[in-house]
Amino acid sequence: MTDALAPAADAHETGPSRTGRSGAHATLRHVAGRVGGALLSLLLVVVLGFLLFRVVPGDPVVAMTRGRPMNAELIAEMRARFGLDDPLPVQFLEHLGQLVRGDLGTSYFYRRPVAELIGERVGPTLLLAGTSTVIAVALGLWLGVRSAWRRASRFDQISTGVALTLWAMPTFWLGLLLLVVTGDLFPSGGIRSSGTPPGLLPEILDVAHHMVLPCLTMIAVVYAQYLLVMRSSLLEEMGADYLITAKAKGLRDDQVRRRHAVPNALLPTVTQVFMHLGLVVSGAITVETVFSWPGLGLLTYEALSGPDLPLLQGTFVVLAGAVIVMNLLADLLLRVLDPRVRAS
Amino acid sequence: MSGSSIVWRRRRSAAAGVWREFRGNRGGLVGLVVLGAVVVLALLVPLLTDEAGLDVTRVDAPLWAPPSAEHWLGTDNTGRDVLLLTWWGTRVSLVVGLAATVLSVGIGSLIGVLAAHFGGWASATLLRVTDFFLVLPSLVLAIALSTVLPRGLGTIVLAIGVTSWPSTALLVRAQTLTIEGRPFIERARALGGGHRHVIGRHVLPAVLPLVFVNTTLTVASAIVAESTLSFLGLGDPTRVSWGSMLHTATVQGAVSKGAWWFLLPPGLGVVVVVLAFTSCGRALETVLDPRLRGER
Repeated sequence: MTDALAPAADAHETGPSRTGRSGAHATLRHVAGRVGGALLSLLLVVVLGFLLFRVVPGDPVVAMTRGRPMNAELIAEMRARFGLDDPLPVQFLEHLGQLVRGDLGTSYFYRRPVAELIGERVGPTLLLAGTSTVIAVALGLWLGVRSAWRRASRFDQISTGVALTLWAMPTFWLGLLLLVVTGDLFPSGGIRSSGTPPGLLPEILDVAHHMVLPCLTMIAVVYAQYLLVMRSSLLEEMGADYLITAKAKGLRDDQVRRRHAVPNALLPTVTQVFMHLGLVVSGAITVETVFSWPGLGLLTYEALSGPDLPLLQGTFVVLAGAVIVMNLLADLLLRVLDPRVRAS
Repeated sequence: MSGSSIVWRRRRSAAAGVWREFRGNRGGLVGLVVLGAVVVLALLVPLLTDEAGLDVTRVDAPLWAPPSAEHWLGTDNTGRDVLLLTWWGTRVSLVVGLAATVLSVGIGSLIGVLAAHFGGWASATLLRVTDFFLVLPSLVLAIALSTVLPRGLGTIVLAIGVTSWPSTALLVRAQTLTIEGRPFIERARALGGGHRHVIGRHVLPAVLPLVFVNTTLTVASAIVAESTLSFLGLGDPTRVSWGSMLHTATVQGAVSKGAWWFLLPPGLGVVVVVLAFTSCGRALETVLDPRLRGER
């Protein structure tokens, strides 16, 4: 839902300030600031989760005992057991303490600890989202560079057009279409079939077979934004004087591109890629739903039909927290990689 | 001639210039025409068709019928005409898309202008909040909101609007900062203009064109978001939208039945409308930002 097409608003104000000795100090301060910011964001996620799933919906005891005969004493006992009679701030601190100990509550539906359920589902999501993101980034950047270098050429028009069309598609719809079109060629859901012979290779092949369509769907919808960001980032570099110098000293066209233009255009793109990680999470939720891929996205979808509030709260906190942590890592990594960011 | 009429004449001529440029952009023009057609069709549905066709209890067509002369796009799992459903679905998708965009752009502009205009801790806090919402996966938050609030179009609009504003806010903030650095703002302040005067008379008029471009792009993603939320079963169960049609189709097993006629039209609707909005937005962007000239 993040609009990848909106002109990139640069959040960092870069001003060259070369103060040699205080550089290390500045770096330390920057890192501390970012880590602090991320911790604050994590806390906000927890607060938001608490407000959304514990405060807004009302009394969980009513939800848990819906449709069953209950007497007032039993309800009072349950309320006491869940600590619902305490004031909200106390309840929140209690909740925070549980979170720190890795206790995310118990699912209404599965009657099992939420943390355990989430732990089982992390692997498939990482596999699917990781593979798709890597391929989508590579594809998007490569096509973006070629589009920008021959701007307004036939190749540029077609690749930008295709990317925009795919971007306009709801992820899940593309998945449904692929399912209908490919028929029995690929499994329609799940991560492995029951009749696979034991052994490492057959199992890997089986999982790969199941992964083809979900991966394709995610790549198709996600790569467009990488392409567009790379393209506009490179277009901005193309007018720069150093490229004329590079050409003037006799470098071939693709040397100019590979050695000079692309490295400079790549770093802002990488920032954007990480800024839009949330999009990958959104994609994972819908793709996993369509293809019954047993990951966190499908778990979220399963929790919706209840709604299984503790489970939803768990997936909310984990997914949002993961994106925040990844962003922080990307930000720190970028600082190591890009001397321009380091200098600012 | 009074001062304000000069201002208006200047704005009119600027708008005419934008329109002249826009007219020269083929993609943008096609997008605009398609949008016009879709809006007219959506407005005309109640006049041209009978809403009774949406009522499951009042149709007697065969279930899951493939396209035929009588039902051009076939029928759904309850025998309703898919063409009729898709046509009615246009209304909900457009209304939700536009309403969510108004909310999102409204919040984004407000926060963006305030964050740039007032410095200090207020600005720092607003930026912190914007950063937080920017990083947060918006679909996850939207799902959370629409689960705990009562089902309905209002909830969907709120869920999309509240989660999609940060990029607008950053854009508006950056633009406001560049404008507030110009000498005429200093002049206005020196002449005794207060915050309201500076923001209302100088900053907003200069920021609005950019906001408008951003709006067309936001509508596109809001429509996709609506279809996604409805597909996950979080939409208004009493209304037909493109997303809810796809939800019904999936839940009722349209994929295993190979009922492509039920799956294709609502998705195509989303693609056409979203593409139309994006190409309008990109054309406007090119017109308003001279650096992008030379692109199609």
